Amino acid sequence: MAKGTVVLKLENDISTDIIYPGRFMATVLPSETPQFAFADDKEFNKTLNDGQVPAGSFIVAGDNFGCGSSREQAASCIKGYDITVVARNFARIFLQNSINVGLQMMICPEIDAGEGDELEVRDDEVFNLTTGKSFAIEPLPQARQAIIDAGGLIPYTRSLLLERAG
Amino acid sequence: MGMTYIQKLLARACGRDMVAVGDILELPVGLAMSHENAALVINQFKEIYRDTGLEARVWDPDRIAIIFDHRVPAESSKTATNHKRTREFISRQGITKFHDVRGDVGGICHQILPENGYVRPGQVLVGTDSHTTTHGALGAFAFGIGATEMAAVWALGSILNVEVPGTIKVEVNGELPKGVYAKDLILHLVGLLSAEGANFKVIEFHGSVIRNLPTSGRLVLCNMAVEAGATAGVVPPDEETCRYLRDEAGVSAELDLFVADPDAVYDRVVEIDATQLEPQIACPHTVDNVKPIGGVKGKKINQIVVGSCTNGRLDDIEIVANTLKGKHVAEGTRMLVFPASWRIYTDAMEAGYLRDLISAGAVVCNPGCGPCLGIHQGALGDDEVALATTNRNFKGRMGNPGAEVYLCSPAVAAASALTGMITDPREVN
Repeated sequence: MAKGTVVLKLENDISTDIIYPGRFMATVLPSETPQFAFADDKEFNKTLNDGQVPAGSFIVAGDNFGCGSSREQAASCIKGYDITVVARNFARIFLQNSINVGLQMMICPEIDAGEGDELEVRDDEVFNLTTGKSFAIEPLPQARQAIIDAGGLIPYTRSLLLERAG
Repeated sequence: MGMTYIQKLLARACGRDMVAVGDILELPVGLAMSHENAALVINQFKEIYRDTGLEARVWDPDRIAIIFDHRVPAESSKTATNHKRTREFISRQGITKFHDVRGDVGGICHQILPENGYVRPGQVLVGTDSHTTTHGALGAFAFGIGATEMAAVWALGSILNVEVPGTIKVEVNGELPKGVYAKDLILHLVGLLSAEGANFKVIEFHGSVIRNLPTSGRLVLCNMAVEAGATAGVVPPDEETCRYLRDEAGVSAELDLFVADPDAVYDRVVEIDATQLEPQIACPHTVDNVKPIGGVKGKKINQIVVGSCTNGRLDDIEIVANTLKGKHVAEGTRMLVFPASWRIYTDAMEAGYLRDLISAGAVVCNPGCGPCLGIHQGALGDDEVALATTNRNFKGRMGNPGAEVYLCSPAVAAASALTGMITDPREVN
């Protein structure tokens, strides 16, 4: 299963203004949003843009990750780097946006990991290889998991439309 | 077992006798609102139809509302091009509820929807904006969604996988003291619940204070319910709802009114005695960092912002204009006023409020989201401090991560404009 390094450790209540500042909202396409991910954290944004964050890396956060604005850019900009977000819990709209656009995220109520730690996802838990501790992943409701399994809301809706049209 | 207002609404919306918390529903949508991010919705909508052989038509052009408000008039060629492409799509699809950059019909989406009678009690209303919760003030189940979710709504006419939320009942009794307003009440509540205290839940407002509150104040409460993480805020409709819809929004159609069951089951009941409330301030950098004004009085302010989908209505502007009339905004402090719609702007002009504000030194800007989210006008300089009647004070919110934003009521903003520091309106005559 997926293994990677924690490249960013964040506190509680990280808003979508922090993930994707409002002044870049005129940029909407998922192919263009990643350049502005965490733009106000100049150092981390540069690391991302310089291609120094390998695919499969992790961002670890506390409670209420993605609170505030419904801007979907906040989910698509992280997805662009193939980063997985592990948080104690997520704000509702961000959680749904992540599922819809295919951003890998895990609700992990007890997660404890620092920057530089190696994490590995094993079925229903996140294993911190650095500290030797493991943390249970809270499963998503089946209806949401079905969208992830379909590859996101676009393919999911496409098949539903075809089914209903046929 | 009785149902909450929203449970009842959802049961009706999907034609069932009852729904239980946690049930997963596909809900027919009554109104689907977007603003500038319609540009992304359009892109995702076309993606859904790609290679299907089906024609990409929206399910019902009369149930889609698009309002340009986040960057009006366009601040960049990129926004102007997004506006242009969106207009072309609207025209091709025959979308009727379109509010362009115009003085006769324009404004902020969360004011345009109520004042044009688009919002109805019992309606399922989704919007690609987190403050879509605003419309619960008129008894709708109104919540924010992302752009891809909206693209699916445009295609299907329904929203998939809605989990019936639990409800927090907030009962506000007593009487709001002089100088204390709906904004203070909701700031207090967000502080009490925390920024995630209502995550995945609905906040249902009850009590004598709510009954006596005009729709303008109810819109403030429901607007900021999302700052406690709530999926939606709602005021069960009553005589005031009917008055507003008929007299102010021009609705003549019959209204579908119902109430929560007396034995409805709530996740939590919060009782607030309004009589004890003081003016409240949300301090940087989270909306739940709320203090009674005494704790932050005297803080020097560089920029005051009055407006937004929270507090840019006529009664808000009236309070500010009456306080500033014949006086002056303190030297060293800038004051920006953004009415929530051009209708409000015009009413404020005719009432003489705009003249009073301008004479006092305020800059009256065109209706729109303005500096609230730091994407258009009124950005802050390094280390500057803003005091705003808006709804968010996140780091970087007003365009500069090195600045601070405090949130308050229009009365506090007005009193503070005179002194250049956070000032208790109860101490200003």
